[in-house]
Amino acid sequence: MINPKNIHASEPDASLDRVDGPVKVTGTAKYSAEYQFGQLTYAVLVTSSIAKGKIKSINASKAEKAPGVLTIIHHLNSPGIPGYPVVKQPAERAPLGTAFRVFYDELIYFNGQPVAMVVAETFEQAVHAASLVQVVYEVEEHQTDFEANISKAEMAPSVRRSKNSPFQDYDRGTTDAWKNAEVKISATYTIPTQHHQPLEPHAIIAVWEAADKLTVYDKNQGVKSAQGNLAQTFKLPRENVKVISKFIGGAFGSGIRVWPHTVAAVLAAKKLNRPVKLVLGRELMFTSVGYRPYTVQKIEMGATKAGMLIAITHEGIGQTSQYEEHLERTILASRAMYACPNVSTRYRLLSLDVNTPTWMRGPGDATGMFALESAVDEMAFALNMDPLEMRLKNHADSDPERNLPWSAKSLKACYLLGAEKFGWKNRALAPRSMKSNGWLVGYGMASSLYGFHRHPSKAKAIMLADGSVVVQSATMDIGPGTGTAMSRIAAKVLGVNPRKVRFEMGDSSLPDAPGQNGSSTIPSVGSAVHVVCESLRNKLVTLAEGMPGTSPSYANILKYHNLSQLEATEESKSGPERDQYSMYSFGCHFVEVHVKPLTGEVHVKKVVTCADVGKIINEKTARSQSIGGVVGGIGMALMEASVMDHRYGRYITSDLASYHIPVHADIPQIEVHYIDKPDMLVNPIGSKGLGEIAIVGVAAAVANAVFHATGKRVRELPITLEKLI
Amino acid sequence: MRPFQYIRPKNVKEAVDMVSLEENARFIAGGTNLVDLMKRNIETPDKLVDITHLPLKKIEYHSGTLRIGALALNSDVAEHAIVNSRFPLLAKAIDAGASGQLRNMATVGGNLLQRTRCAYFYDTAFPCNKRQLETGCAAVGGINRMHAIFGLEKNDLEKSCIAVHPSDMCVALAALDAIIITFGPKGERKIPIQDFHRLPGNRPDLDSILEKGELILAVELKSNTFQQHTHYLKIRDRAAYAFAIVSAAVALDVQQDQIRAARVALGGVAHKPWRLFDVEKALAGKPISQNTFRNAAAVSVADAKTFEHNAFKIKLLPNVILEALMNAAGLEPSYD
Ligand SMILES: Cc1cc2nc3c(=O)[nH]c(=O)nc-3n(C[C@H](O)[C@H](O)[C@H](O)COP(=O)(O)OP(=O)(O)OC[C@H]3O[C@@H](n4cnc5c(N)ncnc54)[C@H](O)[C@@H]3O)c2cc1C
Repeated sequence: MINPKNIHASEPDASLDRVDGPVKVTGTAKYSAEYQFGQLTYAVLVTSSIAKGKIKSINASKAEKAPGVLTIIHHLNSPGIPGYPVVKQPAERAPLGTAFRVFYDELIYFNGQPVAMVVAETFEQAVHAASLVQVVYEVEEHQTDFEANISKAEMAPSVRRSKNSPFQDYDRGTTDAWKNAEVKISATYTIPTQHHQPLEPHAIIAVWEAADKLTVYDKNQGVKSAQGNLAQTFKLPRENVKVISKFIGGAFGSGIRVWPHTVAAVLAAKKLNRPVKLVLGRELMFTSVGYRPYTVQKIEMGATKAGMLIAITHEGIGQTSQYEEHLERTILASRAMYACPNVSTRYRLLSLDVNTPTWMRGPGDATGMFALESAVDEMAFALNMDPLEMRLKNHADSDPERNLPWSAKSLKACYLLGAEKFGWKNRALAPRSMKSNGWLVGYGMASSLYGFHRHPSKAKAIMLADGSVVVQSATMDIGPGTGTAMSRIAAKVLGVNPRKVRFEMGDSSLPDAPGQNGSSTIPSVGSAVHVVCESLRNKLVTLAEGMPGTSPSYANILKYHNLSQLEATEESKSGPERDQYSMYSFGCHFVEVHVKPLTGEVHVKKVVTCADVGKIINEKTARSQSIGGVVGGIGMALMEASVMDHRYGRYITSDLASYHIPVHADIPQIEVHYIDKPDMLVNPIGSKGLGEIAIVGVAAAVANAVFHATGKRVRELPITLEKLI
Repeated sequence: MRPFQYIRPKNVKEAVDMVSLEENARFIAGGTNLVDLMKRNIETPDKLVDITHLPLKKIEYHSGTLRIGALALNSDVAEHAIVNSRFPLLAKAIDAGASGQLRNMATVGGNLLQRTRCAYFYDTAFPCNKRQLETGCAAVGGINRMHAIFGLEKNDLEKSCIAVHPSDMCVALAALDAIIITFGPKGERKIPIQDFHRLPGNRPDLDSILEKGELILAVELKSNTFQQHTHYLKIRDRAAYAFAIVSAAVALDVQQDQIRAARVALGGVAHKPWRLFDVEKALAGKPISQNTFRNAAAVSVADAKTFEHNAFKIKLLPNVILEALMNAAGLEPSYD
């Protein structure tokens, strides 16, 4: 008989290599655009070149005659989308809260809006025909300039309606108490619009299997939410929509929603009754799949001369479209981060004639912590105090916002570990006082935090006759190595080698699970995998009872009972602990920069990043996540900016030659350290999210290091060289 | 991209005939620039004349002259032993451009004729005189951080162009007084690099003085006394794989700590690679020192004109020249 305690974890101590590594590096992993179909057709979007107005006319006659063209769809001839309301005559601007409706009416909401779609036998034919579609517009005056319109920002209507919204004005202690503090600072921080720009552009192949049965091979971050959305949009029973998204070449939040191009491809496939493939060109990646919104924040902060924080006032204004709100956590970190008796936050939105922003890695927190952690650094400078000491002094031992104990928090340990590994003690207090080989040297640091998210998740585990295991859940892997981590969780519970586990995901017909966002996959799906494997193991243990021999193998148990396989399905979700504890991941980043005094060039020379995210499931893939977050943060700090010419309301950054993301030469050695202490109050695996916290605070750490190197405080990202000379 | 014909001519003569006689034909070499432009409907040729198999790839050094075939790959030139020993500035400049993959495709001829990276030129939704004459220049009143400060049209800027030539290689060629050898309908000619690229004037659509169908055969460099003290300093928004905000190719002929002659050329500041003859004069005959360099570099921006977003180049440029000169001279800069 098997005693579960005797099951020896045969898992290797060393980290597991990526289970999907071989198929990715050999090119056999199939991404959304790579599925082959006999009757495949190719779609290309025609997009608006104005930011606001109406389509006066569309002349597609030349395009229709171009070789290979099958159809050209626009608002005048669209077969219509069942889930959209009947078009009004004359057209009315969509009420706030309406997701953009593709080819719906003649109204233009943003530059780059899809206005027509050409479908042809080949991609080249479609591209050519698309260039022949002539659209005439009636131009209306647009507003896209955040700075010029900032006075129009207001509390979002949905927040005004909901007294419990976290975005309501917040006051702890005395409002604006910073004014009376011994030492005070006040500063405004700006981050520009930034785009995810995953290297794999968004793509879809839409296939109608029958008049009421749809399959899409789509790049997204949530097959179940995409399934639900498409079912609603096309008025189909949920189970008649299948969404496949097996491999994703990066997404960073750009695939959380179902975007208009996906709907357009499904519409065209319906009209033609043939599979339709649509891949967004790089320039369309700037207007089709959201972005991190332009945000202006003001922080006012007061402290005692001894460095105790008295008050923080944090105001944030984010950008959104004219048709939807987009709220981000921007100001929320200031309520929970430090033990500070008086905290006020205000959050406002500015609607502009642009497409709606979306979540981008560390949404809100990456933005907010750039401001807060820059401000703490400014305060430390004003106090003539070491910035790390300042943070240690004001460490929040319990959640000051919710008045709850933390489920676990090892931030102090992160600070001390990071400082030691980095060599923080060698930092001279005065800015512009460290030099090396003609470069100015700066050390900077910042904290990070990210809220814990766990959503109800299901998983199924199947023991096969040969003793190998298949685990299934409709979750995703946009890059972090979900399959690898899940295999490891399953292997540990079942006591098998992780290489004997196959984790299946990215298919909406699998057991219900959340999409990959909010660093929730390991906490949610990982818990479900843990629970379902326990359940399967228990079933096997029961079957083993009364079998001859002392410890039969799983294969033998099945064989003995004449079973070809044995399966279990479980759901896992949060319980009352959510109201008893405050749950966050914490961390910090230490950054060394070198700045050339003559030219203002900034080179990041060293980064040490530490995180307390509970238990680390698989160190190798975790490290990659942390490194990727730091790289993203360096991009955010030093180069990423989507620049718009507001006379046209149109981006002038429309390719990767003008929208800079870091290249290898920009990235130094990045050291990653984890506290790796399970937080058993959050879930059965003791593991919290890592994906977002990896980027939160990095931009501030870089900016703080630049200040330390140069004595120049740059409050407007990115820190390009003209700001330093 | 529009449908087009693709042809491989048998020899140079046939290639030149094809492009000079056909209404809308274009040579294609590595295609790293032309194909991108075609994808975005900025270049719309009916016929592509592929020259990559023509015998113009050789890099040869004879009696003091280096001759680089127009089809020599950027990476082959940068790695060539004689280029590195006698013309190191050229190797450094090429290596500062694009990426390894691109340099493996890009040719010397194509590099000379690559078109500007002005964002307004690259997107047909914006007006652009370079793309279409008389439509206006969106950059003048637009976002012009990367744009020119030298060689600008004096009278009617709106009808001209403030874009810059994006090449790194050409900046070194300008510093080294390269000669471009071409063959066109009127036969062969030798064009000094100074005359090869144009200032925009009222014909910003034309980047060079080449006539229709004129094929670049080779680039020639005369042996010089500068190889000991050269530097190419490229300032950009990231450490690699980005176009220059400004770049400086400097070369010094130094004897016993005295500068006998100097060459200074810039990228990212004008519609063509920009020689700073005044700075060169200010350097000649002076001892090498931070002071000499600083004083000479200060002369560099005398004629500059800036726009809303590129005013910083006036401050940056002397610093870049100073730093490049210090580097070329092997001096450690001392900062205040
Ligand atoms: C992402 C990216 C980044 C880049 N970064 C840089 C950079 O940092 N610095 C830099 O300097 N460059 C950079 N480049 C540009 C690159 O150097 C050029 O694209 C390349 O040099 C062009 O060479 P090619 O042979 O591919 O030319 P093609 O694209 O084939 O041709 C370009 C033009 O030259 C003409 N042509 C080509 N050969 C001849 C000839 N022999 N005679 C007459 N006409 C000819 C063609 O008709 C065409 O008009 C970058 C390019 C890309 C795509």
